[in-house]
Amino acid sequence: MIGLDVLYVLAGLLFTVFAVATLMDGSNPKRFTSALFWALFATSFLVGSYLPDVVNGGILVAMALVAGFNLMGRGEHLQPVDKPQRAERWGNRLFIPALIPPVVTLLGTLTLKGVMIGGQPLVDPKQVTLVSLGAGIVLATTVALIMFRASPVTATREGRRLMESVGWAGLLPQALAALGAVFAVAHVGDVIGDLATTWLPLGTPLAAVVAYTLGMALFTAIMGNAFAAFPVMTAAIGLPIIVGKFGGDPAIMGAIGMLSGFCGTLTTPMAANFNIVPAALLELTDRYGVIKAQLPTALLLLIANTVLMYVLVYRF
Amino acid sequence: MWVLLGVAVVVVGFAARLNPLLIVATAAVVTGVAGGLDVVATLGVLGKAFRDNRYISVVWLILPLIGLLEREGLQERARALISRLREATAGRLLVIYLIIRQLAAAVGLTSLGGHAQMVRPLIAPMAEAAAETRHGDLPQPLRDRIKAMAAATDNVGLFFGEDIFIAIASILLIKGFLEENGIIVEPLHLSMWAIPTAIAALLIHGARLLLLDRQLGREAGR
Repeated sequence: MIGLDVLYVLAGLLFTVFAVATLMDGSNPKRFTSALFWALFATSFLVGSYLPDVVNGGILVAMALVAGFNLMGRGEHLQPVDKPQRAERWGNRLFIPALIPPVVTLLGTLTLKGVMIGGQPLVDPKQVTLVSLGAGIVLATTVALIMFRASPVTATREGRRLMESVGWAGLLPQALAALGAVFAVAHVGDVIGDLATTWLPLGTPLAAVVAYTLGMALFTAIMGNAFAAFPVMTAAIGLPIIVGKFGGDPAIMGAIGMLSGFCGTLTTPMAANFNIVPAALLELTDRYGVIKAQLPTALLLLIANTVLMYVLVYRF
Repeated sequence: MWVLLGVAVVVVGFAARLNPLLIVATAAVVTGVAGGLDVVATLGVLGKAFRDNRYISVVWLILPLIGLLEREGLQERARALISRLREATAGRLLVIYLIIRQLAAAVGLTSLGGHAQMVRPLIAPMAEAAAETRHGDLPQPLRDRIKAMAAATDNVGLFFGEDIFIAIASILLIKGFLEENGIIVEPLHLSMWAIPTAIAALLIHGARLLLLDRQLGREAGR
């Protein structure tokens, strides 16, 4: 059965190559500590499943220390000077390898779920989308290598160029998910939910809606994830007050409540994969540039959600 | 109450622009210890979740492909395509991308898009090229603003399109949570009520994108 293990091995090998190449990269002023960072990432992918929890935690902390003390550097990566001519030569065929991953992901998700081989599922049914994405990436990279007559060394060098521009931000989404688990064990969500019900005015139907949508947005901004906020805020305000006390419709409450949380997601560095990683990928000067671009949309949409919920939830 | 110290570390850390990885590690230890765990147990909880969430970082497997395509001129090709269209502006282009992203997400195609796959190699260079064709060379802050809006548009389209699809994780979470509390709702019913917000998102963000064009015209001096 093909599951996440295969992807972890692939990622582990890729990061091992990154680590070795970084170590030998004389143009990187911090090559030893940078290589250490990528080597730790590789270790976590390759053998993380067999290490004790506390060692995995130690790997994360070690990577955080390397990044936090500014020990990550970038090498110089020269790009070919004739890129416009190359682009001219390939024309729209350049888009073909770029479109293979999404298409394969889609087809794989739709078709691979029920495929059995020798009484065993071919792909882990719970991980079909990710495995399909992995297959799409491998296929597309192979097509690109053949099409461009490039060597795998070139491919990993180009990959390392981009990975270095992302830098420590590449680990952040996974690290934040781990922090979420610590928050859950320490019942941070319950404490905030209690605070919300104690301090927010909930006496009228309008006040309950405002408290719920604002609470969802704020709590999501703190946790970085609307999925963590939803059960807490809905158990504290949505179900007992909006539905229970004032007779609101639970489907409308749930749907618009979740979308109010998404407004919070747009405003917070805690949602790193949406807000911090793209700032790194696009090489923006300001780490919070994407958040700043989203703030007006998030605030206006939160107001719209609050109005929509108040108008709709007590009517149906 | 003391466990909120970890949240305080996060808020102060991000406000002070400290390194986010360092903030995460510190907040985890503070929260764990304030919640009654010792440091080793906290590291254990953190490490187990770190290991279980490795699938999040698997997306970086795509970088060699994107790098190869960029080396052969993918960004230049995307720019050339867009600068031929005289009607194209950064704002209009991003409005079209917003609509496509929302519609695709609404039928479950959330993987059509994304910052590594679409925004960096295609959408951001196209938006920049459209603005340059119209306004000439742009200073760095305006370039950054266009790129940031491209990333923002990808997020807004995804967030406020996906809930219209009945089998998306957030809809299933709402359904499951209500079910645990004795309320049965149909996923279709939930996704239907995501449509008003989706329209509001299109209007609000779409209007801001068109305003971006005006702002570029003003600040680029033409």
